[in-house]
Parts: sequence; C-alpha cells; structure tokens
Amino acid sequence: MGLIEIGISILAALLVGVLTRGMLRVYLLLALSVLAVYWFQPVLPLRSFDFWLPSLSLALVILVWLITSQPESWRSRENLYGLLLIVGLMTVLDLSRYLFPVPLFTATVPPHFILFFVFSIVLAVLILFMARLSRIYKRILSLVIILLILILVVLKSPVLSLQASIFLGKFTNRSAENASASDLRWLGFSYIAFRLIHVLRDRQTGRLPELTLPEFATYVLFFPSLSAGPIDRAERFVQDIQRDFVLTQEETLLGGQRLAIGLFKKFVIADTLALLALNDVLATQVRTTGWMWIVLYAYSFQIYFDFSGYTDIAIGIARLVGVKLPENFSAPYIKPNLTQFWNGWHMTLTQWFRANFFNPFNRWMRGYKNIPTWFMILLGQLATMLLIGLWHGITWNFVLWGAWHGIGLFLQNRWSDFVRVRFPHLGQNTRLQSVLQFSGVLLTFHFVALGWVFFALSEPSLSQTVFRKLFGI
Amino acid sequence: MFVPLAVEASISNSTRALSTPTALLSAYSVMEQNNPRLFAVLLKAILLIALFNFAFILLNEVPLGKFSLYNGLFPGRERLPFGDHPQAYNINLFDLDAMFASHVLTGTPKGPDEYRVLLIGDSSVWGTLLRPEETLAGQLNSKAIPACGKTVHVYNLGYPYISLMQELMILDEALKYQLDMVIWLITLESLPSDKQFGSPLVANNPERVRELIVKYGLEADPNDEALVHASKWDQTFVSRRRAVADLLRLQIYGALWAATGIDQYYPDTYERAQIDLEASDDFHKLKSLQNALAWDVLDAGMSAGPNTILVNEPILVSNGLNSDIRYNFFYPRWAYDEYRVLLSEFAAQRNLPYLDLWDIAPIEEFTNSGVHLTPTGEALLADEISGAIQTACKK
Repeated sequence: MGLIEIGISILAALLVGVLTRGMLRVYLLLALSVLAVYWFQPVLPLRSFDFWLPSLSLALVILVWLITSQPESWRSRENLYGLLLIVGLMTVLDLSRYLFPVPLFTATVPPHFILFFVFSIVLAVLILFMARLSRIYKRILSLVIILLILILVVLKSPVLSLQASIFLGKFTNRSAENASASDLRWLGFSYIAFRLIHVLRDRQTGRLPELTLPEFATYVLFFPSLSAGPIDRAERFVQDIQRDFVLTQEETLLGGQRLAIGLFKKFVIADTLALLALNDVLATQVRTTGWMWIVLYAYSFQIYFDFSGYTDIAIGIARLVGVKLPENFSAPYIKPNLTQFWNGWHMTLTQWFRANFFNPFNRWMRGYKNIPTWFMILLGQLATMLLIGLWHGITWNFVLWGAWHGIGLFLQNRWSDFVRVRFPHLGQNTRLQSVLQFSGVLLTFHFVALGWVFFALSEPSLSQTVFRKLFGI
Repeated sequence: MFVPLAVEASISNSTRALSTPTALLSAYSVMEQNNPRLFAVLLKAILLIALFNFAFILLNEVPLGKFSLYNGLFPGRERLPFGDHPQAYNINLFDLDAMFASHVLTGTPKGPDEYRVLLIGDSSVWGTLLRPEETLAGQLNSKAIPACGKTVHVYNLGYPYISLMQELMILDEALKYQLDMVIWLITLESLPSDKQFGSPLVANNPERVRELIVKYGLEADPNDEALVHASKWDQTFVSRRRAVADLLRLQIYGALWAATGIDQYYPDTYERAQIDLEASDDFHKLKSLQNALAWDVLDAGMSAGPNTILVNEPILVSNGLNSDIRYNFFYPRWAYDEYRVLLSEFAAQRNLPYLDLWDIAPIEEFTNSGVHLTPTGEALLADEISGAIQTACKK
C-alpha cells in the first residue's frame, strides 16, 4: 500500500467508525474490503488478470464459507445480503467498464460483461457442487486445503509461475516470449490462503464457531491487513466486529498514534534505509568488509521497520473500526536467544505454523517411539522453518534461510538444555546473568542478520560472495 | 463529531457533585483523563506544522548545503554530484554549497607539495560513462606530473549541461580553494548567448548569477525570465521539501559512494554517437556567430582564475552521411570553423594560453556523444594537457 491507499483507508475507517453500528458496520467493512481487494491489486501484464485474480479470491472465500458452515444457515437473511453485496460489487466493478472513461477500482479496464457473466456462472456451479459434495465427503475440506497450497506453490515458485504465465497468456493473446515469473502477482493471496486454511483446519477439528458470510468474508479480506497481515484468528476477529463499537476520542487517538508511528517507521526510516540496504546489485559492488556489514545492518533494520511499520498502520486503521488486530512484533532484535526472537518476529505467522504444522507434526512423531527426542526436535524445527522459508518464496535462498534458522533453533535448544543441566545455579548470579543476556542479544541479532543474507538475495552464489566479504575471505 | 455516550455519562455523573469549585476542578480533571481532547491535539499539530512551515522562510539565508557528512564521515566525491538513476548512487541538485561540500576539493587541505589544478567544463570533463580514474582528471593524476617544483593534483569540477555561465559560477565558487591553475575546456555549444541561462543549475541559483553579472560586468540580463524567481511561499518548508529531501539523500548516497566507489550508472550497452548526420547546416538559427556568443562570460572566467589555460575540447569529426555539411550531431561545419577562428583571435588578442585540440581523437574514441570520450580518448587528451601544464609552469 502506498500513501494514497493508506490515506483513503484511514478516511474510510473513520467514516465506518463514526457513522455505522451493528450489522451496517459489518456490511460496510465487507464492502470496503471487497473494493480493496480490487483496488490494491497491481496491474498485471496478463490482460484483465488484475480483475480475475481478486474475483477468484472472492470466489474462494465464498467456497470456503459454504463448506465450513451449516447448510441451514445458507439462506439466512444476513448471509443472502452478504452474498448479494459481494456479487453485486463484483458486477458493478465489471460494469464500470461501460460507465466510466477510466477504471474506477481496478488497475486496468475490467473485462467484457459477457466474460464476467460466464466466469461467474461457471464458478457458481463449481462452488455449489463442491459445497453439496462437502456434506457427503468430509475430505472436500482437505482437498480445498490442498488446492490453496497448490496455488501458493505455483505463485511462490519462479519456475511454475513462469509456466502458469505462459499457459494463461494463451487466453490473452500474449506471446510466451514476454512471459515472466512475476506476471502473477496476486496481492494478499499468501495471507488470504493462510486465513482460509486456518478456518478449514478449525472446522476439521471442531473448533470453528458459526460465522455468517459477512463476518467470515470480512475476516478473510479485512482491508487494513489484506496485503501484509497480521494473520488474525477468525473467532477472535469476529468477536470484535460483533461487539457494539463506538469510536471515541480515546480510540481515535490510540489508533492515530499507532498510525503515526507506523507511517514514520515505514516511510521515513525504512524507505531511507532501503537506499543503503543489501540487495543483489550492492552484493557485488561493496568493496570492503566494514561496509558490507553496514549494508547488512541497514537491511536488517530496513526489513524490521518496513514490516513492523505496515503492521502498525494496519493495527491503527483497524482500531478505528473497533478491531484490535493481534501484535506481530515484540522487540525481536533485543531478544537473548533465537526462540525468543521467533516469539517476537512476525508472531502471527509463527503462531499459525505452530498451530497448523509444528504441533500436529510433533504429535505425529511422538507416535513413533524409536525416534530419539533430539532428532524429533531437529526435524520439527527444521521442517517448520523450511516451510516458513518456502512461504516467502520457493527458491534455494529461502530454503537456505529456513534451514539456517531451523538449525539455529535446534542448536539453541540443545545449548539451553546443556546449560540447564550443567549449570543449574547460573540464574542466581545476577551480574553473570546480565552479561549472558547482553551477549545473547548480540549473538542472536548477528545470527539473524547473517540469515538475512540469504533472504535479501536471489542467488546462493551472491550469498556466498557476501559471506566471503563479511568475513574477509 | 463523536458519539459522546461515554462523555455524556461522565458529565451527568460529574454534574451531581458540582456544588463546589473543588468539585468542579475534580470533575474537569476526571473528564480530561477519560476523554482525551482530540480536537486540541489536532489543532496543536496543525498549528505546529504551519509554524514550522513558515518559520522555514527564516532559514532561507542559512546555507544548509554546507552541512555535509562528506569529507568527514564519508570521503569526498571526485566529481560534482549528478545523476538520478537508482544505481548511480547520485543525485541532481541545485544547491551549489551542497555540491561543493560533497566534493573532495573542499575537504583536502592543500599540501606543501601540491600544485593544485582545477578542471572546468561540461559532461565530457565530468566523465559521462567513465569511472573516476578514467576521466581526464583521473588520468592526469595517475601521471603524477611535476610542475613548478611540485606535484600536480587535478580536481574535476566539470558538470553536465553545456553553459559558460554555469562553468563561470562553478569556477567563481572554486576560487576559494587556493588554486594554482585552471584548465577550462570549452566547446562551441557552451557559448551561444541564448544558452547561458538554459542550465538548470544556473536557473535555480539566480542570486549567484546576479552577483556574477555585477562582479564581472557581464552583459546578461539579471532579470531574465529563465532565472527562477522564488516568492516567499517558495521558501516555505512545503515548497522546499524536495530540496531538503535531496540534501538528505545526497548524504545517504555518501555511504554508497564510500562503500562502492560508484557515482554513475554504467549501462551494459549504449547508443554510439551518430556518424550519419542530417543534411542541415542549422546552428541555433544563426547565419553568423558574430555577436551571438557569450565572449564576456569567457573573458570573465579567463581573468578570474589563476594561470588559466583555455582548451577547445575534442569533437567527433564524422565521416558518414552528410559529413560534408556537419562535423557531428552538434555542429555544422561552417559554424564550427568560424568558432575556431573567433576563439583563436580571442585568445591571441588577450595573450591567453590556448590549446586547440578539436581533432585529436579519432571517431572510435567517442562514446554516446560527439564530445564524450572513451578512456583511450581521454588518455590522448591527458597527454596534451599534461604537456601544457608543464609548459605553462616553465613560463
């Protein structure tokens, strides 16, 4: 989101917070979120895909809601109004092609209505078919999870994205020569997919409360957190939008304060550090060890201020409409060990992976008595961090980044156990504790910073160049 | 604006006990605590911003550009900052103080063994597509030329955009730095009178230009409409925010300059200078160069600097289509030939050291323009100029 999008989001949130109550507030939040899905989507080289991809997001939302809700509730007034609102807005956006000289909420002119009509009918039939099937075959939920993961894999893998772009280009008369892996930038899909997967898993385990379509769709598409999180939990989010909310001066000031902090962090600090931060070009240009460390530090702080700034902005805007989004960062760079770092960095993502992969995976491993404990710990942490790496992108550098942290967590876990057993009275020496704490913070920060070398660069060879420069090799 | 339900409740509770001044104050402080005065906060914020914005006018006379991290935290640049490509780690700006503050000249105390030579000129002197060590200044420095019992150290104050007035402005500023010699490389395109205010650097430094006009008795109009006239509103922070941001960005780029030694974007490929030319003998719609060139500006510059050597810089002499009409993209033959005659007469009348090096570089030693040389071309130029420096010293 740029400054203009943020500014308009703030205005919209203020209007919602001040003017609306009860269900009207929910409907208005839903409407704004649907419009945001289209508006924030950047222009794509594949014609009309800046309309089709957001429409597919909405279709997936409706599908997942249908297969996770009770069929008796499908025809309730609230849900019908919600469906009408979503489909109505999609239709209006498509028809805007004929009504306005320039695109309203889409990056380019929407497709012809006949195409949209056919697309909608086909999708509606598919969705209804799968919804009916889900009543009979519970595995449909698992299939949809797999579908979402497959879409993520295609989007995150440069090789598969390129092939997908070539394939889809045939429908838009686009030459395969012009195809690129970055043609399918589907804004917010990583976060949409994870929210949908979380809901599907909660339905499978019986933990999901009943949600109306407006509540559910607003949760998945909530416009302040659409593009960069945080990843909230449905049951917590819905509690906020269900309660009666009044935008008081105190809430406005608190939200505004958070917004101001976020804007400063992102657009002043992060964007300034970005000029100096490590990237593919600088990796080969920096001449000395000292400057390479400075460039790496700049990246470390740039990524923190950029990401946490966006989180602050999302939390600030959400506060104006009565939603208290979860925190995503808690001073991660001053944590004394790697475990605590990951309890303070992108917290909602790590909580998601902990709940949906790490814990179930560990429970499954404990079923095999012959697996040594240390190996279970290594496997669990390595697998989780590798998946977190791959979530960012399916490239060797993200694999290396994930492995770096997975192994680091394992080593830190073994060291903690060793110290606890060998030096049980260490905690009683407060001065030594302070020294160890300080050393731990320095070591953890530098371990994380070195991990960013893989994260920031596109090729392992570039990472190797940077490491050699950092250590004067 | 806001539903004051909480406020109303607070007020109604408070009014029951408002029978005494103490109770009033107590109720007020409770309200203050429970109901932050959003309006007051917003009003204060707006007033502070407005105050800061207009107070910035008072800083107009303060040379903000002189505050620099160069020649301190970062090494000075070897040429004036220019270039807006993200990988140039450089920036175009109009603040001459900031440009000089970032240059190595201003941060280098003159050594007892240093014969300080300044190069003034256009983009060919600045070194488009050349690394600092490949420019004329870089190549002259690598020769470690002995002159007047000292070692020559050359500083590059060339700057893109072709205008004698721009070069005079830079030279006038550089006179503060204990120069021993100035080498001024010019070309015909920098002389037409109607081009003198065409440089953005000139246009955006109107007060300096007016001072030059008065100081050197120039014929230029101090109220020329090309000179940017700043109103009071133009001096507020809002209006000058881009200039302030550029100053800050120049400092950040200092870190990248120090880290990489890169101050220009070098594309993998570029279009070579035209050899096949248009069948046109037009030059600024002139029929003759008499009374069309800014000789007064050249005169001023030649008299301002110490031991100034005037150099007619090399140009591409085409052998392609219409090369019988034009030497290159810039110059029809008739105009350039007349210019060379006039320039020789100018130098002879004033007994000025003058080098006419217009044709020393072959076609293949030009890059993307009829005046931009390759490193080999610059080496040829450096050979000629090093000789001239030593000759000038012997005199």
